[in-house]
Amino acid sequence: MKNTWPLWEVFIRSKSGLSHKHVGSLHAADAEMALENARDLYTRRNEGISIWVVESKHITASDPDDSDPLFDPAKDKIYRHPTFYNVPDEVTHM
Amino acid sequence: MNNLNFETIFQSKIDEETKIEPKDWMPEAYRKTLIRQISQHAHSEIVGMLPEGNWITRAPSLRRKLILLAKVQDEAGHGLYLYSAAETLGADRDDLVQQLLTGKAKYSSIFNYPTLNWADIGAIGWLVDGAAIMNQVMLTRTSYGPYARAMVRICKEESFHQRQGYEIMIAMAKGSPEQKAMAQDSLNRWWWPSLMMFGPNDSDSTHSDQALKWKIKRKSNDELRQQFVDVTVPQAEYLGLTVPDPDLRWNEERGHYDFGEINWDEFWSVVKGNGPCNRQRLQARVKAYEDGAWVRDAATAYAEKKEQRKLAPEATAKAA
Ligand SMILES: [Fe+2]
Ligand SMILES: [Fe+2]
Repeated sequence: MKNTWPLWEVFIRSKSGLSHKHVGSLHAADAEMALENARDLYTRRNEGISIWVVESKHITASDPDDSDPLFDPAKDKIYRHPTFYNVPDEVTHM
Repeated sequence: MNNLNFETIFQSKIDEETKIEPKDWMPEAYRKTLIRQISQHAHSEIVGMLPEGNWITRAPSLRRKLILLAKVQDEAGHGLYLYSAAETLGADRDDLVQQLLTGKAKYSSIFNYPTLNWADIGAIGWLVDGAAIMNQVMLTRTSYGPYARAMVRICKEESFHQRQGYEIMIAMAKGSPEQKAMAQDSLNRWWWPSLMMFGPNDSDSTHSDQALKWKIKRKSNDELRQQFVDVTVPQAEYLGLTVPDPDLRWNEERGHYDFGEINWDEFWSVVKGNGPCNRQRLQARVKAYEDGAWVRDAATAYAEKKEQRKLAPEATAKAA
């Protein structure tokens, strides 16, 4: 029989103050089992203090082939960066 | 854009060390090569649990038993990281497992040798994990992102594997004359199969050139093997053990050890299924898979039941 357990993506917060970060994936019958498996698979050496699991099918990803038009609008807006502006040398704390 | 353009862009990304990620365009042959290599690597981790698992119940102390359990559990984890890396390429987990169980897929031939006594657990950690580390450190820089990331995680865990093995070798090599003889016997049996782990000589290796061009591999089989010999020989000397190779000697001019010819007939015969334990290993995997079927079914049924309860909490409460 085919293994029908869905695929889950695992995200781990390594310590307080840091965001959860994608670490990999696993198969599990349900969310609870996914959490337990993620604990055993991805935190055997205290790598985390918090785990998120998300069924992979719920993730919508952008298409890398469309990344040019997708990210293009931000490319020519150099005035959004502080280095765009000239501040006279005499002026400090800016 | 036609395929030729895609291929040029792909190769130029590789040339400038940009990682390839799952949804990026890639040549079909790159995808196929990776699925084959990553799944074989995963199978090796899984089958690799068997020779060592053989000694868990007979470890000489509780300390050694805990360590060996943790090591074998890590290998299971390595297998799972790698299967999920292969799945990012569109492979199906169950298909990959079936390929292993039906004997269609290969795994590292080293695991078709038996573990005859406790010293073999030391030799495996020291030599087999040591050889695997050479290969895996190289693969942390492989061109496919998910494979490289899995390797970084694996390499962090491997160094404990090698050290615990070497510690066993020290205990035995510096122990009683009987223990030292066991350690020597174990080195005698594992040395050559460990050198074979790097695969055929570069001159006979079929996939090597393309794998190097795509930066799936970054060093050739012979380069890695030489690197392994160079670092391992002094470790054997420290133990006071003799590497079973009469041709082994330091070559001042090359700055490397020269070593004897590998018995490639033995290598190919084990690859083709005629090693000492090929049948036993596959049988053990098939048995584990079949014996675990009811657990998988029960978990699926339980997950469905919980889902039903969530959808209709009252109905199930009344029925109960
Ligand atoms: Fe491993
Ligand atoms: Fe290992």
